[in-house]
Amino acid sequence: MTDVIDSLVGIAPGSKLDAIRAQRSEARKHAQASYTSLFEPKELGGVSADERHAIASFVASLHGEPKTDAFYAAKLPAALHSAIAAEAAAAKTKGPYGHFPKGPLSVEDAPGPTWKVSDAGRAALGPRLAAAFKHTHMLVFHPRDASAASLQSLLDAGWSTDDIVTVSQLVSFLSYQIRVVSGLGVLASTL
Amino acid sequence: MSTDKTLTPPPHTEPVVFTRDMLDWLPWLEPMAEADMTEHHIKSLVDAARVKSPYFRLLARDPDVLEARTRTDKDIFYNPEAGLPRAERELAAAATSRLNGCIYCASVHARFAATYSKRVDDVQRLLDEGVEAKLDERWEAIVAASVALTALPLSFGKEHVERLRAVGLDDAAIADLIGAASFFNWANRLMLSLGVPATQPK
Repeated sequence: MTDVIDSLVGIAPGSKLDAIRAQRSEARKHAQASYTSLFEPKELGGVSADERHAIASFVASLHGEPKTDAFYAAKLPAALHSAIAAEAAAAKTKGPYGHFPKGPLSVEDAPGPTWKVSDAGRAALGPRLAAAFKHTHMLVFHPRDASAASLQSLLDAGWSTDDIVTVSQLVSFLSYQIRVVSGLGVLASTL
Repeated sequence: MSTDKTLTPPPHTEPVVFTRDMLDWLPWLEPMAEADMTEHHIKSLVDAARVKSPYFRLLARDPDVLEARTRTDKDIFYNPEAGLPRAERELAAAATSRLNGCIYCASVHARFAATYSKRVDDVQRLLDEGVEAKLDERWEAIVAASVALTALPLSFGKEHVERLRAVGLDDAAIADLIGAASFFNWANRLMLSLGVPATQPK
């Protein structure tokens, strides 16, 4: 299948950037395998295909990456995507912020919002995705505020330990993929 | 409600500064028990020795993603062919971790950056003072590009590429930098959100 990063950047076979990516063929192959394992896994386990794409669409929107958002949102019911887009518009901020463990680094503590899904969003997304989106917002914008209590909120909303590992990988992988696409896009524009 | 529970780590001392010291990492969720791991899980660790690491045994709960993540990581950082020297891939990882606030990740990659570059004082200054630390033009360009690829909204632009070219990075080296900084936006989020760093007992 088409390599997702190549497709989102618009890297044509035989182009300079294609040759550069070919020098890191394992990274290219396994970035794609990461995508496949997260979005077309052999077994979905406790995280549904809609949940996977909804989280990805939300992460892409929070990053202000409409092309990546559209790629993941294409697999979602339109009403669900509208609800995600509305939540992302309200949730988008600057990062990274958050607090450090108390001590010499406390002078670098940077305050910022602890966001949660609106009542309307919660009705559209349901309690499981609403909890996952709150966690996702923290991971995207202020990951150093993470705590065991954030994970407990996910367990309370019905995600299992296995599911939380997958959700964490989804958000973290997207944080990687979006930056590679953005960075290589800039590099391509200078070649 | 899930019947799973978060873990309360045993008594430990959390590091309160960025350091090149070896740190431990204590999970907030139950890693897989070694005895429960199938061949598929073990293979996903890539390095068999990682079965001793609670971090990797936790990530092994989604083995295919862990294996793909690890193989991506290894090629970005360890592939010696062309591109950015290893020391500077590690510098990008350390700078990204410093900005995101991952004390554990920063400790590992600052050690590597210091080992491969022999510029211990510069690496320590990055840890102590943060991503605005005075280094030299080449390292400052690499750190600034890592910051622009990390902070949101993303601000990496042509001016970063030009500054990197001016200090001697070719296209393959710039692509490596993009890979290294981007990858640490993946790694930092897992490390920060699934457990907590701890100083090692003396």
